[in-house]
Amino acid sequence: MSGLVMPAPKADLLARRAEIVAALRQIVPGEGVIDTETEMRPFESDGVTAYRQLPLVVVLPSTTQQVSQVLAYANANGIPVVPRGAGTSLSGGALPLADGILLGMGKFNRILDIDFENRTVVAQPGVTNLGITTAVADHGFYYAPDPSSQIACTIGGNVGENSGGVHCLKYGLTTNNVLGVEMVLITGEIIRLGGKHLDSGGLDLLGVIVGSEGLLGVVTEVTVRILRKPETARAVLLGFPSSEAAGACVAAIIAAGIIPGGMEMMDRMMVHAAEAFLGAGYPLDVEALLIVELDGPEAEVNHLIGRVAEIGNGLGCMTLRASTSEAERVAFWAGRKAAFPAVGRISPDYLCMDGTIPRKALPLVLSRMEEMSVKYGLRCGNVFHAGDGNLHPLICYDANTPGELDKAEAFGADILLLCVEVGGVLTGEHGVGVEKRDLMPSMFNEVDLAHQQRLKCAFDPEALLNPGKVFPVLHRCAELGRMHVSAGKLPFPDIPRF
Amino acid sequence: MSAATAAMSGDRLCPRDEADVAETVRWAASEGRTLDVAGRRSKAALGRAIQTDFTLELAALSGVTLYEPEELVLSARAGTPVAEIAALVAGANQMMAFEPMDFGPLLGQKAGAGTLGGLLACNLAGPRRPSAGAARDHALGIRAVSGRGEVFKAGGRVVKNVTGYDLPRGLAGSHGTFAAFTEITIKVLPRPETVETLLILGLDDAAAAGAMSAAVGSYYDVSGAAHVPGDVAQTLPALAGIGRAVTALRLEGVQPSILHRRGKLEALLRARGELAFLDADASRAFWLAIRDVLPFAASGGGEVGGEVGGEVGGATARAERDARVIWRVSVAPMAGARIGAAVRTVGGRCFYDWAGGLVWIEMPCTEPQASLVRQAVSAAGGGHATLIRAAAPVRAAQEVFQPLDAITGALVRRMKSGFDPAGVLSPGRMYAGM
Repeated sequence: MSGLVMPAPKADLLARRAEIVAALRQIVPGEGVIDTETEMRPFESDGVTAYRQLPLVVVLPSTTQQVSQVLAYANANGIPVVPRGAGTSLSGGALPLADGILLGMGKFNRILDIDFENRTVVAQPGVTNLGITTAVADHGFYYAPDPSSQIACTIGGNVGENSGGVHCLKYGLTTNNVLGVEMVLITGEIIRLGGKHLDSGGLDLLGVIVGSEGLLGVVTEVTVRILRKPETARAVLLGFPSSEAAGACVAAIIAAGIIPGGMEMMDRMMVHAAEAFLGAGYPLDVEALLIVELDGPEAEVNHLIGRVAEIGNGLGCMTLRASTSEAERVAFWAGRKAAFPAVGRISPDYLCMDGTIPRKALPLVLSRMEEMSVKYGLRCGNVFHAGDGNLHPLICYDANTPGELDKAEAFGADILLLCVEVGGVLTGEHGVGVEKRDLMPSMFNEVDLAHQQRLKCAFDPEALLNPGKVFPVLHRCAELGRMHVSAGKLPFPDIPRF
Repeated sequence: MSAATAAMSGDRLCPRDEADVAETVRWAASEGRTLDVAGRRSKAALGRAIQTDFTLELAALSGVTLYEPEELVLSARAGTPVAEIAALVAGANQMMAFEPMDFGPLLGQKAGAGTLGGLLACNLAGPRRPSAGAARDHALGIRAVSGRGEVFKAGGRVVKNVTGYDLPRGLAGSHGTFAAFTEITIKVLPRPETVETLLILGLDDAAAAGAMSAAVGSYYDVSGAAHVPGDVAQTLPALAGIGRAVTALRLEGVQPSILHRRGKLEALLRARGELAFLDADASRAFWLAIRDVLPFAASGGGEVGGEVGGEVGGATARAERDARVIWRVSVAPMAGARIGAAVRTVGGRCFYDWAGGLVWIEMPCTEPQASLVRQAVSAAGGGHATLIRAAAPVRAAQEVFQPLDAITGALVRRMKSGFDPAGVLSPGRMYAGM
């Protein structure tokens, strides 16, 4: 793996492997403990296949009690634990550790409760994102966050990563759609936060659990809110001669008070790649293509389609097509949704980045990325959740060419640093994981990171849950706990006091 | 000055900027002093009644530092009045979509006195909560000073961000006990062009819950669903002349859409009871009353003007307030009616927001009200109950916030000792000894 430094495996844990495996078999009998190299191989990486590591052992529990006992055992023996859902992470969040337990939650695959009156679903963490929607679709409901991997990714993983999707601007990320969790702490203690009601009535622990990347606990049950599927959804394709013009159109739509269900931008390279891949009918003469989807009651959607068309025309769009059937709407999206495989066809390998920027910085960021592309000698296409400024540059490289992965990673890091420089952030929806871990100091100083880590210390003082992720340096909690104060007088004697 | 005299005189410390805040907290930590973190003290009567050496008043940290309407983002210092922000964004046809409630009228304070910091510290929300979220869902980034006297930031200024722990959300609802916010970045959204409200008249609480569930679960984008039982409806000017229980369903957006949805909703709900309408102006008045709990507002509360932070009315008004306490309960929407039934057995009144899931209760100040309310919540499938208004001794004698179980309580205490090891910031405001 390229230059990534993970916590050094503890020799004593490696030496005690047989004993650890035997102890875990006492907790999870039968096929729930996997220790042969062949069978562990599928767990050695997640969606970031550039990083691979066989774990000490794979454990696949099927009850909360088993999770509790596994974690209590790990805690008592100082064994690191890496939780894993479907392994679709795009930041290496489920990358195993050589001396650690890989805790796969795939057997938690049941939906426990569907409550249409209260509009909630209670699911085990291994249920897929799409599985929740499928379970309620008959009644006209759906679960809103829709990461591209929704057919495979699990709701537990979504909670860990605070996953997004193309409909975030209007419907929020995972965190806005999760009402409660049951979670096991590293001590084996089980807590429940939230439920079918809204908010916590106090401190919002659920708010920090979502997106905590498996560093705070292992979620064993999730309560989500479901929504009525919109009555109508229609999409408009707008092609522009420049990304500036397309960006101006996005800004104008929002300034007009319209929040589309989805608003995506693709650059020329991505439009061509998608068109070559499946012939979505995209115009090939444009520099930037926007897909704007309006959803809601039919009268509203038709009204807003007219307004979006007016805005597009006013800003010189070259192509403007509104879908007139569900089949056409799906076709508009097909190209965008196939963007990754389409790039896979024109390049042997690619890295997908995930920065977010203030939208107005888009022209600057795109032109700087073109310069970087020349500098590194690597092609880069862009798909962009234009409504919320979430950029997905796809850097093309060939892993078989020595040094290209390193170059691609350096290119990616430069892009993310640029995102931070223009007021944005390192990751919009894929998580920090190992991929962006070492870039965290570009966004946060030591004091910022220390405060984040104090939260970690309250949950997991020995740092056994998913170590090596998110934090570039994990300080010992005792060290963080010290407070340096010098006894003194009331500062600023001149500040107003009443 | 000794700590004892400071406590007795209730000294206010008014830092001018973030550096002052940090310095003051560091000093307090080193001297073993305690600070009650406040904005403009409009919600000083919220939470457990506590005594601290000083009030740390952040009103001087005021002003919007960034507002980019086309980016849907606004940053302001924590002491900026919410009213100022609301007026600014309204000028660009935008809003804080979570519709933060104003506790002033309910607590016997002036209306419009709250600050942005208080809004996030109390995780405020309004009738749009089920569809749009609470303050927690709109906080993008914070700067804050922890009990260590250290300035830290978390989150960012963009809508979509998963970089590091979501501390802006985690500290929402922390009531100043972990950190004092110094600057907050929030998401703003377009304001709906217009609003109307469809009313169903005369339903009992359970039937209302069913009607609200059908409406909110329909295609027709209901952005507010409240039920006001007959005894409370009679006291509400916005419902003058109706004289019966009112179940209200709000429709917001562009006019053609509202017309369409109103027709569809009428067809959906006609069989459930007599229908009526509120136009845009009447709708705004009604939903403001629901948002700010005006049916149970203290007499004289909510007046505009005059000095902020001062109590409205004299001893009579206070005695009137103290005689009847206010509880706020959040349960599953269909379970709300069970809470209402329980509090009526002891002479309480209530109304419902959030499609039935938020229950505002006014009841006589008699013991053991906390156990009655919380047992009802537990029997209804769980949720939380907060004692919002009561005389200080009542708030000192019982748990104001929903008690935490032993494991979660220990976890929260560990978090508190990480952020505020010396126990400087509003100790005891939320939970005894923390």
